[in-house]
Amino acid sequence: MSPEPVDLSKHPPLIEVEKLHLYYGASHALKDISLAMRKNQVTAFIGPSGCGKSTLLRCLNRMNDLIDSVRIEGSIRLDKDEITGRSTDVISLRRRVGMVFQQSNPFPKSIYENIVYGLRIAGINDKSTLDETVERSLKGAAIWNEVKDRLHDSALGLSGGQAQRICIARAIATNPEVILMDEPCSALDPLSTLKIEELIDELKEQYTIVIVTHNMQQAARVSDATAFFYLGELIEMGDTKKIFTNPEKQQTEDYITGRFG
Amino acid sequence: MVLTAGATLAVILFMTLTLIAVILGNSLGYFWVKGLVRFKLNDGSYVMGQSTAAESHSLTKVKRLQLKVGNRDLYSQDFRWVDESEISSKDLPKDAYLLERMEHGNFFGFLKELKNGDAAPVAGDYAALQKAHDLLLQKQKGLKQIKAEMSDLNQSSETLRLKIQKLEYRGAEANNAAISSLNEERAKLTTTFDALNDKLNQQQAELGKVRAVFTDAAGTEKELPLLEIVRFYQPNSMSIFAKAGAYLVKIRELLFDDPRESNTEGGLFPAIFGTVMMVLLMSVFSLPFGVIAAIYLREYAKEGKLVQLVRIAVNNLAGVPSIVYGVFGLGFFVYGIGGSLDKLFYPERLPTPVFGTGGILWSSLTLALLTVPVVIVATEESLASIPKGIREGSLALGATKFQTLTKVLLPMATPGIMTGLVLSMARAVGEVAPLMMVGVVKLAPTLPFDTQFPFFHMDRKFMHLGFHIFDVGFQSPNVEAAKPMVYVTTLLLLLIVIAASSLAIRFRNQMRRRYTTSHF
Repeated sequence: MSPEPVDLSKHPPLIEVEKLHLYYGASHALKDISLAMRKNQVTAFIGPSGCGKSTLLRCLNRMNDLIDSVRIEGSIRLDKDEITGRSTDVISLRRRVGMVFQQSNPFPKSIYENIVYGLRIAGINDKSTLDETVERSLKGAAIWNEVKDRLHDSALGLSGGQAQRICIARAIATNPEVILMDEPCSALDPLSTLKIEELIDELKEQYTIVIVTHNMQQAARVSDATAFFYLGELIEMGDTKKIFTNPEKQQTEDYITGRFG
Repeated sequence: MVLTAGATLAVILFMTLTLIAVILGNSLGYFWVKGLVRFKLNDGSYVMGQSTAAESHSLTKVKRLQLKVGNRDLYSQDFRWVDESEISSKDLPKDAYLLERMEHGNFFGFLKELKNGDAAPVAGDYAALQKAHDLLLQKQKGLKQIKAEMSDLNQSSETLRLKIQKLEYRGAEANNAAISSLNEERAKLTTTFDALNDKLNQQQAELGKVRAVFTDAAGTEKELPLLEIVRFYQPNSMSIFAKAGAYLVKIRELLFDDPRESNTEGGLFPAIFGTVMMVLLMSVFSLPFGVIAAIYLREYAKEGKLVQLVRIAVNNLAGVPSIVYGVFGLGFFVYGIGGSLDKLFYPERLPTPVFGTGGILWSSLTLALLTVPVVIVATEESLASIPKGIREGSLALGATKFQTLTKVLLPMATPGIMTGLVLSMARAVGEVAPLMMVGVVKLAPTLPFDTQFPFFHMDRKFMHLGFHIFDVGFQSPNVEAAKPMVYVTTLLLLLIVIAASSLAIRFRNQMRRRYTTSHF
């Protein structure tokens, strides 16, 4: 079977990474990475632990800035704007690129305050705007019905799956263009995982999603494009169906079929 | 191993309980009105007092009793040992009085007659004495207002005096007009003051004429103005409820009144107030400084040799003997900063110091320095224990480092910070040694907070429960009689520590409930 051609006008490249090198002190963690993530698609990064997929993900919203010894060469463009430079406004970049973490990390505040956190720190305190945002985001994260009656209860009382969806709602509350997900389901049970996967499918109508996952079935299920990394190098990137059925590189095939990993 | 651990725990528990038991046992009984026992001795003389102890002589095995006989002005000693073999009979006279006096400790004896001025004395009984005493107390309340007025006048006059001094210092010639007008004003105040003083003295003398004649067990007469009597009981004819009532009255006196008789009697209010205010003031200094320093160390400073060094220094600071802080406080705060402040702002008052001597401000600062390491360490630890994901979550939403700190990290660290504060307050309440060098006194005439502008008088010296214990126990003229007061003060100090700690712990637990993750 031949892969369907991607409609380039509907899914233009939104994030373009070009010749990216990243060093942690002396170690060379990402080597000459070039790839593009398309608008309103789900791109999955797969690869064994330590291959650099999370590191690359964190370059996309400059979370690596928090680590002193990191040095980056090359370029990343978000919708034509260079984001690796010193002059980049990291705060506004992070508003454009939301992130969901491996461990759900709700703040010790009410559900409501968790969702509006991004707005409040941006200086938006108008009650009706906040209320609308909470409803829109919680509906968008498919958790509105579960929590609408206890918006002012602490978010710490939620189950793991609910907490993760609250984190997704929090990420979409600021209306980002891109959502980064760093193994969002690795700490969840299968049922919660299923819910999050369905949610990702819905979210890509509005957002561009980049997801790092260890779970190859998950990558196959949710993503449109997949990139396989090994030891800091991008081995192969392409349409998910093609990667999983007919990879070009031997290494990719070995990893996908479970011969190493 | 388990046995050793268990035994160790048991020993520690036992010691703690013993400590509490000793303090409670020695202090709680102090306010109970004990009965008066009268002994007739073999030689025909009488002694009367409250029995306080009994022991057998180690060699002769003769049993002897310790009596608190009071009447220090007559016998010059509060206690007396009586051999049991000397006693021929004993009774509990119903009409024996226990007087609490303003001076010379308690008086034990019998009421003979009441006198009012030059009028002929009348034979007194309990009801008559009570009536006269109540009347006197009422009249004395009227005097209180005069006293308050005089105190205000005194303050105003003092303010004027300082103003004049300031003007004179700037040049007596140039400010001559102003000085003389101020002097006139002050003279007016002085006249009013003197008039009031005369009135007060006259009325007091009038009240002093109301007197009562008592006899002690041996029959010696003692004439006392009723003004000298604080309270009186007939302990042997009091019901248990009356005694309980007297107990509560005395507790009230302890908590709300000023001390009498070089601190061995009366209340502890100034010491309680001083202790609490000093600790609160200390928290006001040490909490923000400690928290801000910890935030810098943990969140902003680059980990390196220097930060390591600072951290080691902070930890060691907590281990420096407290007297060293006292010396530092005296040299740096009192003489250094206080002395400079005096030179800058109060040159006219020199050589009398204002801030260049010990005071509540310098004491609080010295103790803040002593306790700030505890706050720093606690804050740093609680900041460090916040999961990385929370920080990243906030930053990933576009928050700045400062926003993350104030909106997420600090609220989450609050329980830990509160723990640090509790520890530091507990330590500060118990410190006496450094305070003796930087502002604690045996008896402070005024509180560091009153109704006179500017209300908080940071330069004033103050009283402190810890120092009070030391002072009453070892520096008072009548150490034996003051012993129960030592335990009472200790108990009160403990209670204050416990109250402060449990308040802070409650607050911390509330915060903890709100900020701990409970999902799995």
